[in-house]
Amino acid sequence: MTPRLQLEGMTKVYPSVTACDRIDLSIMPGEIHAVLGENGAGKSTLMKMIYGVIRPDAGHILWNGEPVVIRNPAHARRLGIGMVFQHFSLFETLTVTENIALAMDGRCRADRLAGRIRTVSEQYGLPLDPNRLVHSLSVGIRQRVEIIRCLLQEPKLLIMDEPTSVLTPQAVRTMFDTLRRLADEGCSILYISHKLDEIMALCHRATIIRGGRVTGTADPAGETAASLARMMTGHDLPRCAQDRPAPGTQPCLEIHRLSRKAEDQFGTDLDDISLTVNRGEILGIAGISGNGQQELLRVLSGEQRLDTPETITINGQPAAHLGPAERRGLGLAFVPEERIGRGAVPGLSLTENVVLTAHRMGMVRHGLLCMERAAAYARNCVRSFAVRCGSINDPVNSLSGGNMQKFITGREILQNPALLIASQPTWGVDVGAANVIRQAIIGLRNRGTAVLVISEELDELFEICDRLVVIAGGRLTPPVPVAATDREEIGLWMGGMFPDRPAVPQEAGHA
Amino acid sequence: MLRIEARPGPSKTMRYLSPLIAALLMLVSGLVIFTLLGKDPGRAFHAFFVEPVNDLYGIGELLIKASPLMLIGTGLAVGFRASIWNIGAEGQLTVGAICGGTVAIWLAQVQAGWLLPLMILCGGLGGMLWAAIPALLRTRFHANEILVSLMLNYVAILLLALLVHGPLRDPEGYGFPQSILFGEAATLPVLVEGTRLHAGVLVSLAGVLAGWILLEKSFLGYQIRVAGLAGRAADYAGFDRSRLIWTGMLAGGLAAGIAGVLEVAGPIGQLIDSVSPGYGYAAIIVAFVGRLHPGGIVLASLLMALLYLGGESGQMNLDLPAAVTGIFQGLLLFYLLAADFLINYRLVPGRRATGGRQ
Repeated sequence: MTPRLQLEGMTKVYPSVTACDRIDLSIMPGEIHAVLGENGAGKSTLMKMIYGVIRPDAGHILWNGEPVVIRNPAHARRLGIGMVFQHFSLFETLTVTENIALAMDGRCRADRLAGRIRTVSEQYGLPLDPNRLVHSLSVGIRQRVEIIRCLLQEPKLLIMDEPTSVLTPQAVRTMFDTLRRLADEGCSILYISHKLDEIMALCHRATIIRGGRVTGTADPAGETAASLARMMTGHDLPRCAQDRPAPGTQPCLEIHRLSRKAEDQFGTDLDDISLTVNRGEILGIAGISGNGQQELLRVLSGEQRLDTPETITINGQPAAHLGPAERRGLGLAFVPEERIGRGAVPGLSLTENVVLTAHRMGMVRHGLLCMERAAAYARNCVRSFAVRCGSINDPVNSLSGGNMQKFITGREILQNPALLIASQPTWGVDVGAANVIRQAIIGLRNRGTAVLVISEELDELFEICDRLVVIAGGRLTPPVPVAATDREEIGLWMGGMFPDRPAVPQEAGHA
Repeated sequence: MLRIEARPGPSKTMRYLSPLIAALLMLVSGLVIFTLLGKDPGRAFHAFFVEPVNDLYGIGELLIKASPLMLIGTGLAVGFRASIWNIGAEGQLTVGAICGGTVAIWLAQVQAGWLLPLMILCGGLGGMLWAAIPALLRTRFHANEILVSLMLNYVAILLLALLVHGPLRDPEGYGFPQSILFGEAATLPVLVEGTRLHAGVLVSLAGVLAGWILLEKSFLGYQIRVAGLAGRAADYAGFDRSRLIWTGMLAGGLAAGIAGVLEVAGPIGQLIDSVSPGYGYAAIIVAFVGRLHPGGIVLASLLMALLYLGGESGQMNLDLPAAVTGIFQGLLLFYLLAADFLINYRLVPGRRATGGRQ
C-alpha cells in the first residue's frame, strides 16, 4: 500500500538554529500517527512545511506516492490536508457559519453551509449550532468549530497541533472517539502532543523528535510513559520528590465572598468566591481557561484593587484595597501567565528584569540602584533554575519561552515569599524544566510558604497540589484534598457540573 | 515595488551610529541646497560650520546656545523615557522666564546674593506649574498630553506678550515691549573675559548631571523606563504609573523653567516679548538625537547650537534666508527618524508576500 504522506530528508535551517534536520516520516491511510517532542524540538516547523506555510530548504514530500511541492495552505487544502491549530483563529463577533464560510476556499451559500455544518457535526458526534455567535461558546466548543471547519473539506490528512490543552478529560474522550472514527474511514491523522498518556491511548505509531532530528519511531501501545519520555528528552525523568510534611492549618491567603462584574464584555464575572490557602500547602485551581482565572488573578495580584479591604486578607491583614507593591510588602510573589510585557520587560537585560520585582532584596539604597546585587541575584536565578541564556546582560526577550518562564518563576521563588501565586507556572516549558519548577514550588511549600497554583494541566495539579478547587463560569467548587478525588470528578466540575453547594460556602463542608 | 519587513535582531551599534549618520546626511543635503541656491558649497560650509566657532567669543556663543538645549533636552528625556510626550517645553520655558523675571523686577532694589537662586527657584516652579496642567489633565481625564502641552505654548507666549506690553513694561522705555533691565544681583556673572559666556552654563551642567543620576542610577529612573517600555509590566510590579507621569512632566517643566530664567538673567538681561528662538522645540530634537541619554544630549545640544550660530552667520555672510536654521533642524530630525526606522525594519524588493489564508 502506498503511504498517504511520505517525508524524506525534510530540512529547515534558520540563521541561528536548524529547526528540522533530515526528517523522514511516513503515514498510511487510516493511521493515527503521533509526533512527539519537547517544545522547540521542531514539531511545529515540520507541520508548517507539510501545510505549506513555510518552504523546506531540502527534502521531498510524496503525497499518495506522487512528489509534490506544497506552495501554500490553500494548495495544501486542495490536496486534502487539513490542520487544526493550537491557537484558535475565530472571529468572536461572527456566528459559527460565518466563521466557517470565511475559511472555505470556494464560494458557498450560507444556508446550505449551515445545514452541512449541522449534518457533519452530528455525524462525528460533535454537535454544533451553526447560528451561535462564537464569543458565547466555551473553549471546547470553539475547538469543535475548528475541527468541523477542517472536516467539511473532507481531508485525507488531518494535522492536529496540541488539541487537548484546553479540554476536560471527558471532552478529550469525545474527541478521541471522533478521531478514531475518522481514521476508520481512511483519513490519516498526524497528532502532535507532548502528553504521553494521550498518545499511548490514541495513536498507532509515534515518531519522536529531539533537537530537530528523528530519535526514534515506536508503537506507543508497547511503550511505557517513562520509555517514551526518555526518547523525547534523552534522559530519565526525575520525579518530583513528595516528602510532604503535614499540611499547615494556619491561613495565609483568605478570600471572603468575592463577587465582581467583568470589565471586559467577553470577560467572566466572579461569583461569590471564597477560598483559604494555608501556610505550607499548595492549593490548585483547575479549570478551562476563560472561566474567570484572569479576572481572579488580577484581583489577587492587586493590579485590580477593590474598595472592600476585608475581601482579601494576607496573613490576617486586609489587602483587597492595596496595590501590587504593597501586597508584595506583605509577602506576596506572583508569576503571571503572560511573560513578555507583563512578567518581564522586553528590551531590558536579565539583570534589569530582576529589579522589576526583586528590588526589595537590597537592590535599592537611598533611592539608587545597586546593580551588582541585581547581577548576583540574576546569576543565582540562572544557575538555580538552569535558565539557558548567553549572558545575564542579554535582553530578556532573547530567551526562548520556556527559559523566560524559568527565569520569571525563579525570580519570584528566590524572594522566599510567604505567599506565592503562580499562573500556569510550567506552560510551554519542556518536561525537564517543568520538573525543576515544580520541585522548587514544592520546596517552597515545605519551608512553610502558602502556594496557589492556577493551571489547565490536570496532571501538574495532581502531581504537586495538596488540595484542589475548580473554577467554572466564575464560580469555585469547595476544596477537596487531592487524595480524595480523581481526574474524572475534577473533569466533571470543570465542565460546570458542580457538586451540591451549601448556601454559604464553608471550607469544612467537604474537607 | 518595495515592502517593509521587520529585522530579526535590531543592531545595537547602529542605534548609536544612527545620530551620526543623520548628522552626516543633514550636512550633505544642506550643501546640496546651498549649491542649488547658487552658493559655493565649500564657502557655505565654512561660513556655516567653521566661522561661527573659530574664535573664543564664538565658542562662548556656542556654549550659551547649547546650555538651555542640554538642560531642557535632559528634562524632556525623563518624560520621553516614560513615553510621556511633553511638547510644551517652549511654553514652560516662557513661564519660567516670566516668573523668574517678575521676581527680578519686583526686587530690583535688592543687591543680595540670594536673589539669583530665588529667581531660579521661582522660574523652575513656574515651569513645573505649566507642565502640571497637561499632567493633571492626562492623569485625571486621559487627555492627550501632546495636544495640551503644545497648545499651552501659545498661551504662555501670548501671556508674556501681554505682560511686557502692559504691567511689566518699563515706564521709561519709550513704549517698547520690554521690562526694565535687571539689576547686577539679578544678572548671571560672565565666566570668561571677552565672551558672553555666563554662569548659567554651570547650572545647566549641574542639571544634566542630576538628570544622569535620575535616569541611569536611580530606582525612580528604572521605574520610568519600565513604564515607557511595557506599561503592563509596571502595573504588574506595582509601580505607580500616574506618579511616573507626574515625574516625567514635572522634570521637563522644571528644566525648561530654569532654562527660561537663565536666558533672561543671562544674555538678555530683561523680559522682552520673545525670550527663546525655539529652544523648547529644538530640545525635543536634541533629546532624540542624544538617544535620551544625558551624555548624548550634551553632544547633540552642541550640534544644535552650531546650527543656530551657522544659521545666523549664513544670513549675514551668504545672504541666506532666516529659515535656514529651521531647515537644518528639520533635516536632522527627518534623517534621524528614517535611520531609526531602518534599524528595526528593512526594505525588501518584491511584491507583497504571497500566502494563503489560514
